[in-house]
Order: sequence, then structure tokens, then C-alpha cells
Amino acid sequence: MLKVSNLNKNFNGVTALKEFSFEMKENEILGMIGPNGAGKTTFFNVLSGFIKPESDKLEFLGKDITNLSSHKIVSSGISRTFQDLRLIRQISVIDNVLLSFNHQTGENFYNILFKQKSWQETEELDKHKALKLLEYAGIKDKAFDLANDLSYGQQKLLSITCCLAADAKLLLLDEPIAGINPEMREKILRIISELPSKGKSAIIIEHDMDFIERICDRVIFMDMGEKISEGTSEEVRNDPKVIEAYLE
Amino acid sequence: MEYLLHILILICIYIILSLSLNLLVGYTGILSIAHAAFYGVGAYVTALMALRLETPFLLNIVLAVIAAGVFGAVVGIPSLRLKDDYFVIATFAFQIIMFSVLNNLVEFTGGPLGLPGIPQPNIFGYEISTHIEFLILSLLLAGLVYWVSNRIVKSPFGRLLKSIREDEVFVKAVGRDISAAKVKIFIISASLASLAGVIYATYITYIDPTSFTVMESIFIISIVIIGGAANLKGSILGAAFLVALPELLRFIGLPNSIAANVRQILYGALLVIMMMWRPQGFLGEYAFGKSSEDRIHKLGDRSKRGNDA
Ligand SMILES: Nc1ncnc2c1ncn2[C@@H]1O[C@H](COP(=O)(O)OP(=O)(O)OP(=O)(O)O)[C@@H](O)[C@H]1O
Ligand SMILES: [Mg+2]
Repeated sequence: MLKVSNLNKNFNGVTALKEFSFEMKENEILGMIGPNGAGKTTFFNVLSGFIKPESDKLEFLGKDITNLSSHKIVSSGISRTFQDLRLIRQISVIDNVLLSFNHQTGENFYNILFKQKSWQETEELDKHKALKLLEYAGIKDKAFDLANDLSYGQQKLLSITCCLAADAKLLLLDEPIAGINPEMREKILRIISELPSKGKSAIIIEHDMDFIERICDRVIFMDMGEKISEGTSEEVRNDPKVIEAYLE
Repeated sequence: MEYLLHILILICIYIILSLSLNLLVGYTGILSIAHAAFYGVGAYVTALMALRLETPFLLNIVLAVIAAGVFGAVVGIPSLRLKDDYFVIATFAFQIIMFSVLNNLVEFTGGPLGLPGIPQPNIFGYEISTHIEFLILSLLLAGLVYWVSNRIVKSPFGRLLKSIREDEVFVKAVGRDISAAKVKIFIISASLASLAGVIYATYITYIDPTSFTVMESIFIISIVIIGGAANLKGSILGAAFLVALPELLRFIGLPNSIAANVRQILYGALLVIMMMWRPQGFLGEYAFGKSSEDRIHKLGDRSKRGNDA
């Protein structure tokens, strides 16, 4: 489904990605681990079109997405969350989800002026869908609160819900459980592990090895922008090159 | 009485200008210094069509709106893809170029001498000429602009604009086309502003380039900021307040020559005071100039690390 070949990215001499390549199947949960500064987030930034790589090839669902702008990448089916948790905090929780639905009739200028009834009807349907998603995430009771009033863990849940609303086939989750309590952690774990049954895949960046072991089919370990090891979490954990990288 | 009607008509003109600019500055969070240029496009298109081709008033309104929209697209499409700072500079450049064109294309625009003798509006044989008739026309157009703006800000498109203002990166990550939305609202804003020019040209019956300068753009920005960014009623209040204020000064008995200078100082001082005391303006909910990053960091409990895009 996803094919990454020879990604390279340098930031003023700092190598963030070096000849980075891997492939991914449908309905797979892939873990991405590695020390701070290994280039994990940079890979997400490149894949989601936020920064341009130097030399590369990115193929998703058989299409070349290398030079697409970010919104086109998302409409091709890849959506992401951010390590520094981004949401629109000054609007309500449900509005964040509604915003994430693409192709809304109520965003067309002609409809806004002359077909208010019609867009309001589709907005009602969207609201229904949004509430379902929020219910699934377990934050339906907060739907009409400001996103800013959610707890940190609930905000992380909301950001994943927005990815689901954007109808992505591949979710890129950057440290989805960092800094949250065990209860939230279980909720997020459940949502991620149910993705394959919904025909979706995910790449998860996490430092928490226990979490990675529980949900990932396969793990990639990276360091200094390079893929060091790849396999099941057990294989990667016991790989001498990984042990060496952590001891350094 | 006529004097009062005159002030009310001017207020309507500035309500149109500030409402349309608020869509851009207040709701979407992008600054344009070209608003007076679009106001000018509306005025000049109306005047030139009426004078040179004697086309009917209603057609001229449509042509003015289209012309401003086309100029909006020409300025916006290339520059809105860039960083917001570049967009501000592009609008500034457009404002300067538009002024020089109006000022130097003498055979066409009359240059600094302007265009005198613009015919008053004639709607299906009904001539609009008295102050009260102009006030009604102005109220109708200002009402129309309010109606359009209100529909926009209450729609899902309005939600998209506000979200772009708050965090572009997030909006991109859920797959929305940010540049397209910005271009759209910029064209709408420019088109609506041209309606103010239509009224001005046919009401005063004389226009020259000095009415459409950078200073005028800045005056409109001041109305939006003082009235309240991202609040439509704020723009109405701001327009009424800032247009009426110098007239009040005259009532206190300041001679005209001094009043003109005092006016500039007053606007400047007001803007500074507002920025310090109430950055969101009288009725606004959004403090223009504070980056959304700043506001979010104040509001939210973000994780310690932030090395993302
Ligand atoms: N926009 C940028 N400009 C300059 N340098 C950057 C930029 N983004 C990342 N880097 C650098 O690239 C390297 C890889 O960073 P990256 O954020 O991808 O690491 P990471 O694996 O996500 O680490 P962490 O686990 O701490 O999140 C680091 O040295 C970082 O400082
Ligand atoms: Mg990271």
C-alpha cells in the first residue's frame, strides 16, 4: 500500500533522513521507534507533505505522491496527528471533527448564499456522523465544549478522531500516548488496534516499548535518519545493532 | 438635515468597506493593505462606464463587482500561496500600483484631475438624486454586504476560515486546501468592497485618486481593529464611530484646518490605545496581530517538545 524509497532530508548539515526505505501492507499497524532526534517526526512531515525531501520516492496506493501538496496527500488517504498536539482550540469539539470532513456543501459560496437549507441538511448529517465518531472515542459528552477545555488526554483522543473524520486509509500518529494517564492510554490503544478491522492502517511513533509491543504487527527502529532494524518487536528488541545504538 | 444624511451615507460606505475587510483580517487572520484599491476599482469602473459608455447603473454595479473580483484573483492567486508576510507586501504593491495607474493614465482616468460629472444612478427610469434617496441606496447595499458576510461567517466556510486563522498546520493535516480558501475569501472581500466605490462615485459625482490611497486602506484597517476583528457588529460600530468622530470635533469648535490634523493624530492615538487596552477591539473576539501560536500557548497545556512542522 505504501512504498517509501530512498528518502533523504538534511537540515543545515543535520541528517534527519538518510536513504530511508520501507514498504507497508494494507491493514497493518507499524511501529516506528528510535532515540530523540532520530528523524521519526521528520519522516511524518515528509510523508504528509509538510516538508519537501531532497531525493526520494513516495508511493501510496499505487500513486506517486512525492510532490503533492499536503491537502492532496490527505485526500489521497493519509492523515496525521502532531507530536505537539494541534487542534483548533477556540472552536467546539464537534466543530473540530466537522472541520475535518472533506467536501462540504456548506463551503461552496453559491450554496452559502442561495441554498442555505440544503447545506444545513447535509451539515445535520455530518453532525450525526461526528457525534458517532466522538461517541466511539468516548468524548461525546464534551461535544459542545471548547476543544481547549478538554483534558490533555481527551485532546489527544480528539486529534485521532479528526484523522478518522478526514477518512484516511493510513493514519500517522506521532506519540499518541505520550504524557497521558493509563485510562486514556487504554482508550487510544483500543481505537488503534481496531483500525485494521475498519480497513485502515497506521504508523505509530512511540517511545513506550510496551505499548508498541501490544499493538504493532511490525516495528522499524531508526537512528540518525537511517533504518537500523525492522521486524517483529521481539526481533527488533534483540537486534544487536539496536542494542548498540541504545548503549551509545 | 442634509449634513446629517451626508454623514450617514459616508458611514454606510465605510460599513461596507470594514465588513468586507473584516472577513479577511478578522475572520481569516490575513492582513491586506489593498482594500482602498478595490474600493477605487469599484468607483472608477462605475464612473468610466457611466461616463464613456453610458451603461445603466445596475449593470455598472455588476461590472464593478466583477472587475474587483478579477483584480482580487490576479493579486491573490500568486501571493496567497506564499507566507502571509509576502501577501501583505503583495497587497501593498498592488495598492501603490493601482494608485499610480489611476494617477498617471491621464487620458483614461483623468489622472490627478479625476473624473467629474459622474451621472447619478438611474434604476429603471427612477433617478436617485436627493440625500435621502442616496441614504436608502446605501443602506440597501450595506445591508446586502452584511447579509452576505453574516451568511459566510455562520457557514461551514466561516468555520474553515476561523480555523485557518487559528492553526493553518492543523487545517492542512485534515486535508483542507488552505490557499484555495484564502483566495476565495480574498476575491469575495474585494468584490464586496467595490460596492462602496459604486456608491461613492455616483453620490459625490466626482472622483480622483486621492480617495483611494494607502492611508485610506489603513483607515479601513483601523475601523476593523477598533470596532472589533471577527465581529460584524463591531465593524458597523467602528465605522459609525470613526466617521462621526471628526464631525464631533468640528462641533466642539475646532477650525477645519486644525481638525484635519487632529483627526490623523486621534486615529493614531486611538489605535495605539486600543492595541494596549483592548487588542480585540470594542466587540471583537480575536486580537489581530497576536499570532495564533502565542494565543494557543497561553491557552493550552501543550507537551514540552515542539519540534514539529
Ligand atoms: N524544521 C527543522 N529544521 C531544522 N532541523 C530540524 C527540523 N525538524 C527536525 N530537525 C532536526 O532533525 C533531526 C530529527 O528530528 P525529528 O524531529 O525528526 O526527530 P524525532 O525522531 O521525531 O525525535 P523525538 O523522539 O525527539 O520526537 C533533529 O536533529 C532535529 O533537530
Ligand atoms: Mg518526534
